[in-house]
Amino acid sequence: MKKLITLFLGLSIAFTSCSSDSDVAPKETTININFTHNWEEDSVTKDDFNNIKFTNEHGEELSIERLRYLVSNIYLTHTSGSSYKVEDYLLVDVNDEETLSYTTNTLLPNGTYNFSFRFGFSDENNIDGEYPDLNIASFEVPMIMGGGYHYMQFDGKFIDMNDTTVGFNYHAIRAVDNTDPDNLILKDTSFSVTLGEVIVKDNSATINVKMNIAEWFKNPNEWDLNVLNQMLMPNYEAQLLMNANGKSVFSL
Amino acid sequence: MKKWLHICFLLIFISCSSGSDQQEEYIPIPVSLEVPILFQQKLIAPLIPADNPLTEEGIALGKKLFFDTILSKDNTQSCATCHNPENSFTDTDQFSDGIDGIRGTRNSMPLFNLVWNFDERFTWDGKEFSLEKQAFEPVSNPIEMHSNWIDVEKKLQNHPEYPSLFQLAFKTVAIDSALVVKAIAQFERTLISANSKFDKYLLGQVELTDNELNGFNVFMDETKGDCFHCHGSNNNPLWTDNKFHNNGLDATFTDLGLGGVTGDTNDNGKFRSPSLRNLAFTAPYMHDGRFLTIDEVINHYSEGLQNSETIDPLMKKIDQGGVNLTSQDKADLKAFLLSLSDYDFINNPKFQQ
Ligand code: HEC
Ligand code: HEC
Repeated sequence: MKKLITLFLGLSIAFTSCSSDSDVAPKETTININFTHNWEEDSVTKDDFNNIKFTNEHGEELSIERLRYLVSNIYLTHTSGSSYKVEDYLLVDVNDEETLSYTTNTLLPNGTYNFSFRFGFSDENNIDGEYPDLNIASFEVPMIMGGGYHYMQFDGKFIDMNDTTVGFNYHAIRAVDNTDPDNLILKDTSFSVTLGEVIVKDNSATINVKMNIAEWFKNPNEWDLNVLNQMLMPNYEAQLLMNANGKSVFSL
Repeated sequence: MKKWLHICFLLIFISCSSGSDQQEEYIPIPVSLEVPILFQQKLIAPLIPADNPLTEEGIALGKKLFFDTILSKDNTQSCATCHNPENSFTDTDQFSDGIDGIRGTRNSMPLFNLVWNFDERFTWDGKEFSLEKQAFEPVSNPIEMHSNWIDVEKKLQNHPEYPSLFQLAFKTVAIDSALVVKAIAQFERTLISANSKFDKYLLGQVELTDNELNGFNVFMDETKGDCFHCHGSNNNPLWTDNKFHNNGLDATFTDLGLGGVTGDTNDNGKFRSPSLRNLAFTAPYMHDGRFLTIDEVINHYSEGLQNSETIDPLMKKIDQGGVNLTSQDKADLKAFLLSLSDYDFINNPKFQQ
């Protein structure tokens, strides 16, 4: 036993002493990703939910009750060009604080990286029924709408033109035209997001990913909740609009 | 017979134990849950708490306790009185009577696939945080078994069989409530239902009728039933999300549900989505058993929705009471729901008294 400890000590000293030699040697690195949410300047947590307190670009007042989304293919790409996979996918649920910060240990060298992920699953990974944790989370998309998984489930209520409070379900999925049930037209509407520079120093990095929720209703398509509120999953056009608006929601 | 052998061995062990320290220690036989193929394919492996591993002797003891009226004050009621295997471990009353004939305000709940409730929030409003903790409650609840644990422990301790059964399950003859609930929880964790017609269909073993297939589509179609967002699907064959929602039963609440537990008014009127397995055996429906038939439930979702501040945003066209399904879609939806009923589960000899 004692011998083992000595060996360990010896080894770790050997490792430490080498570390200055090169920054390019991959090392056990702790990566921390925090997902935060905001509505323009104001931060949003689950404590802000269930309250009609937000106003979208088109002018509808609204509340948020659920906001869950999937990011996949999470990568750090070194300036040298090598890329390192951080995680296959993460389901972020604003109602569940545990999912808002994620820590992993990966082998990679210190240095400057580009951080990127995909919003939703690309078709390649969007395999129906494949992921038990997402099945349990009831995140799947029915086969009659092309199968696979939601990219995002964003539910809330808004005050409509008649001054009544009604629900909206801003659910992003792979676009599907199911006019002919035997002949679904599908289009991959997941998209990759390159968020910018991350510096890995002293074998650790903390990455804060921000989602500006207001952007989903804003840019480039001003969203009118009176027109597009529920039953958007099988609405091919609505999915294309979500895809376009989603590209500007994330930043570091 | 086997049990007696065990006990004999035990006695031998006990009598020898001081003499020699080379005796092999008795250990109850570990059991690993048999997870049905469909659940292996679709779901995360169940979690068994490390401080209450399943054992043959523990499960057998739990089963005996579950069916035993000794847990109630006047020996008239067992867990099975309100959780009857024939009814998928619930009862047919709207509200179950306790031993004093006092009626509760909640409909009894069926018991199955409880190990896949990963959040471990049990009962309609999620007030119980594990099966062990839940099992403490009915014994002393005045509107249920109305006993108290000290009496129950005494009765069990003086019983001709229980001390030796506790010895076999937990290696002690000193019976206390913590061990009673552990044994019951072990038995409850073995209650697995995964053999309905629809399960067999998913495994490619049977065909569904056209009506059942259309009913499944109504269930899954966001513009029709849109039930899958809360009640599972072919990929979540628990047929529940185990989360809390207000599904539009009332405009004002007499029972606050989750809100009564969290104290948050945003949770008022929210109850845990029940599994839709085994509806053929579990009427009446909802937390207060207000609907006697599946037709009434479907009519509720189709045209009976009541608006309130906490109604789930997944509920649609509330001003019209719901999405107004056609009568054909309603009939098919019902046919599909019934295909989720598992006759093997209610007849499983392992689960009978
Ligand atoms: C008088 C009838 C009655 C008796 C006796 C009774 N229960 Fe229950 N049980 C209920 C009712 C009613 C509920 C729902 C309670 C609620 O939501 O507040 C329930 C809920 C439960 C649940 C929660 C299930 C879930 O999915 O959340 C479990 C587990 C349970 N009972 C186990 C037991 C056990 C074990 C016993 C015996 C120690 C027992 N019950 C005795 C009526 C009864
Ligand atoms: C927003 C989530 C949600 C949706 C969508 C939903 N339900 Fe429910 N369902 C619930 C909740 C929550 C309960 C329990 C409510 C209570 O008792 O207060 C429930 C109860 C039920 C019950 C009673 C089961 C029992 O054991 O008492 C049935 C049957 C049912 N739902 C069928 C359906 C069908 C069919 C659909 C689609 C038309 C549907 N549900 C859509 C959340 C939902």
